[in-house]
Amino acid sequence: MTDLNTLTIADARDALRKGETTSKALTESCLNAIDSAGALGAFVHHTPDLALKQAEAADARLQAGDAPAMCGIPLGIKDLFCTKGVASQAASRILEGFLPEYESTVSAKLFDAGSVMLGKLNMDEFAMGSSNETSVYGNAVNPWRRETEDTPLTPGGSSGGSASAVAADLCLGATGTDTGGSIRQPAAFTGITGIKPTYGRCSRWGVVAFASSLDQAGPMTKSVRDAAIMLETMCGYDAKDSTSANMPVPNFEAMLSGDIKGKTIGIPREYRIEGMPAEIAQLWDDGTAMLKEAGAKITDISLPHTKYALPAYYVIAPAEASSNLARYDGVRYGHRATLAPGDGITEMYEKTRAEGFGPEVQRRVMIGTYVLSAGFYDAYYNRARKVRALIKRDFEQVFEAGVDAILTPATPSAAFGLGEMANADPVQMYLNDVFTVTVNLAGLPGITVPTGLNGQGLPLGLQLIGRPWEEGDLLNCAYALETAAGFVAKPGKWW
Amino acid sequence: MSIDESTAARVAKLARIHVQDDALPALAQEFNTILGFIEQLNEVDVEGIEPMTSVTPMALPRRADVVSDGNQQTAVLSNAPDAREGFFAVPKVVE
Repeated sequence: MTDLNTLTIADARDALRKGETTSKALTESCLNAIDSAGALGAFVHHTPDLALKQAEAADARLQAGDAPAMCGIPLGIKDLFCTKGVASQAASRILEGFLPEYESTVSAKLFDAGSVMLGKLNMDEFAMGSSNETSVYGNAVNPWRRETEDTPLTPGGSSGGSASAVAADLCLGATGTDTGGSIRQPAAFTGITGIKPTYGRCSRWGVVAFASSLDQAGPMTKSVRDAAIMLETMCGYDAKDSTSANMPVPNFEAMLSGDIKGKTIGIPREYRIEGMPAEIAQLWDDGTAMLKEAGAKITDISLPHTKYALPAYYVIAPAEASSNLARYDGVRYGHRATLAPGDGITEMYEKTRAEGFGPEVQRRVMIGTYVLSAGFYDAYYNRARKVRALIKRDFEQVFEAGVDAILTPATPSAAFGLGEMANADPVQMYLNDVFTVTVNLAGLPGITVPTGLNGQGLPLGLQLIGRPWEEGDLLNCAYALETAAGFVAKPGKWW
Repeated sequence: MSIDESTAARVAKLARIHVQDDALPALAQEFNTILGFIEQLNEVDVEGIEPMTSVTPMALPRRADVVSDGNQQTAVLSNAPDAREGFFAVPKVVE
């Protein structure tokens, strides 16, 4: 049998149900893989004792029969999810030492289904970043390297630890969160699958908030089938999140027929951005041809406000962040600065936040403060919300015209070197999310699937965008694309 | 719109983040880069468009007006940097 940690969730589930392996064996295999993968910086808090205890309970449940699909599956959990009694820092110094007294709804759903937590995963601080370089824990590293050199590459961000861990087979799947592309971009950079569901599908309760109107959790997995299985467990109504959708959750896996005959796939012309590398354009054309070959109808579409998505995002997300992050004041939890004699409460706030937040978080909180401040609220914040309404309308018009899903590149490039963007201005880094951020602004489901390698042997992905609440159809389209692309490459082990 | 050092200092104060004086020029410069990028939004015709309040049209759900949680003083205080006698402790606020 192959190493157990390299199994997909679907294969592990089937093996567990047939009694061919145990959750304990799967878990131990992953724990061993994690122990020898320190160089990847993926796992930042290890919970082996908890994992083995959960695995034992899962095995008992499996023995009794009728265990859910995710029962016994070892997972990594992004550090943004509050996990009861286990450090949950959002990769920030300001939450150092914080041990939640409660469990996030999404992680609770996974654990109730019998899943095993191996530990917490690295990420950009408060999910603000596209390269995992803003983390207080240090960088997460991509298991992939360019063919001809060994420059350490970014796994993307913000869910960089999740992406690295899944791509390197340290776990069978991982949770991620996506505010502007934080599941889909790292998934594309590491050759795995990541889906951000429709806004409201996954409860945000217990997930450290970045931008509440954009944040959504989702799975990061080794296949589309695994994404379907894990997503179904993560979704569902939660009264504790006022924007949680009170809708039934379908059996997503049952919708993976691979049959997309007669489906209409839109190719948005505005995504063919100036200066798009030839290999990205080629990948996109190849993916279009694959879907056509599979029986889909391909149609050119226009989403005219695409260009304004990133600027609108960089008003709305920082505005919401400045409000959400106001709670980190050194009073109720986390870090408090050491005060000088005579310091009052204002000095305590200011010093605590200066010490506790890294530079990118400080920058975004201050930008958010500025765009919400008196005199600028209308010019920036309200205007951005109007543009957001127009971006959403673009998609609605396309869907009304009969488009079932939209195919785009996932990222403007393959994974870049860690530190390569250190001297670029912040806006250059923001451009990483140019293809993904529209989806958050419109609240739509989006999935990235690895479909090829670039000239240097690095994975590249394509994104499919679906109609709201139709994750099942979207996953099926992605399944057809995955099948046609036949992407099987894995990173060579150097760590 | 150009941000000078005094505006940067004012924003830092509003955000309750201490910024050293010698860091203000670089900060102002970064703000200008980001706001320059955001300025593109002025090209969009937003006449007659309502600002989005909810990405999914929905009414906020209501629940019965009853106590659903509480009596968790220990849990609430367990992560406080400084808690005394059942309260969060902070530097003196009122003279």
